Amino acid sequence: MGSTVTTANSDEKTWGGGNQPLGADYGKLMMWFFIVSDALTFSGFLAAYGFSRFKFIDTWPLADEVFTHFPFMHGVSAPMYYVALMTFILIFSSVTMVLAVDAGHHLNKSKVAFYMFLTIIGGLIFVGSQAWEWKNFIHGEYGAIETKGGSLLQFVDKTGKRVKLEDFAATLPEDREHLDRSKGRWFMEEGTLPTYSVAEVQAGFKAHPELLIRTEVLYKDDAAAKQDTKVDHVLSKHKHKTVLTRAESEARLLNAAYVVEGANLVRNEYGSKLFADFFFFITGFHGFHVFSGVIINIIIFFNVLIGTYEKRRSYEMVEKVGLYWHFVDLVWVFVFTFFYLV
Amino acid sequence: MSQEHVSNINRIWLVFGILSVVTTVEVFLGIVKPDFLHMNNFLSMNLLNWIFIILTIFKAYYIVWAFMHMEGEKSSLRWTVVAPIIFLVIYLLFILLVEADYIYEVFKNATIKWNF
Repeated sequence: MGSTVTTANSDEKTWGGGNQPLGADYGKLMMWFFIVSDALTFSGFLAAYGFSRFKFIDTWPLADEVFTHFPFMHGVSAPMYYVALMTFILIFSSVTMVLAVDAGHHLNKSKVAFYMFLTIIGGLIFVGSQAWEWKNFIHGEYGAIETKGGSLLQFVDKTGKRVKLEDFAATLPEDREHLDRSKGRWFMEEGTLPTYSVAEVQAGFKAHPELLIRTEVLYKDDAAAKQDTKVDHVLSKHKHKTVLTRAESEARLLNAAYVVEGANLVRNEYGSKLFADFFFFITGFHGFHVFSGVIINIIIFFNVLIGTYEKRRSYEMVEKVGLYWHFVDLVWVFVFTFFYLV
Repeated sequence: MSQEHVSNINRIWLVFGILSVVTTVEVFLGIVKPDFLHMNNFLSMNLLNWIFIILTIFKAYYIVWAFMHMEGEKSSLRWTVVAPIIFLVIYLLFILLVEADYIYEVFKNATIKWNF
């Protein structure tokens, strides 16, 4: 008991561990310090995200065009709704956690167990939701073209609506063999080939004169920008991506180098390459925190069930794991803002 | 238990209500993006983003103070935890964002095209 919870009163000797200058037990204090360091780690990640975003402020993807999926609503553009739902799930699991801590203060074992159980369920739903979000992000929806210069070209129709590669790409009688270990010499292999080749996209674009190209660049609606004859000024909207004229679109497409479908750590169909890297890294690191939080919650949950804390007459362990759980929620509040809203 | 704990379940639900309302407002603004907020800048950031960031800090305050029960801790513990984070985060953001903006200008005014 003494090793995890200090119940000594202040009569004990100062050097015997009975003195608590900050008014918190050793374990709780260390949890706070861990949270401080972890908060700084996440701050570092988000600040690095801010750095890259400010560096490429003109070409950064717009979050509400990337995260538009909602379960069972296929093809409907529902920006923000899903991630808002995830936020509510996490906030609610925070509430059940704090209710568990509150029940612990009253040494109400069955209530603690019940609320811990709800918290675990909430955490699992959140991790599952994040996996679904990743699936959509990795799989992609529209596809895009990367040029030799490294910029990304997306396709829109006459009304400015995004068009999928599969809706216009031609089928050419070409055969591009996938290089894998069994065919290559000395450990040569390559990643999965895109569904369409560059030539097929180019041919398809030529065959569909109504299509236009949308660049990564955010359009600025001012007099200087209006002079640019390469830009379709009707479809391009202020603070949205620039749409090119048909002639310029054809010229740009000649520079195509890759067909990009979905996202990986090298390139993604949404825009800036760093965008996907930061998405995977920051939401992944947060998801890992949620996952480890669920594991710790399960351990504490079973300890509650077998009556460990009942015997101790103190549910402080629930409080400590609660601190961690709320911290995970806290981080999500910031990730939500800086990844999806701002 | 060194101190007597009163049940504060009502407060927990109140804070949950506040957090939910704030999140709903954020999502609503994020979807609608009203022009008078999105197109007007204050200190070279648009008003909408200012609102998002202020609401986020508002939510963070409630999570730390009510859920993590910071309000019940000694002020020495409060300062030990909160002060270093606020100082270091502002410091880090200041350096990184100013530098990033500088690099953006360098790329923009460079004679070499780097992304075309």
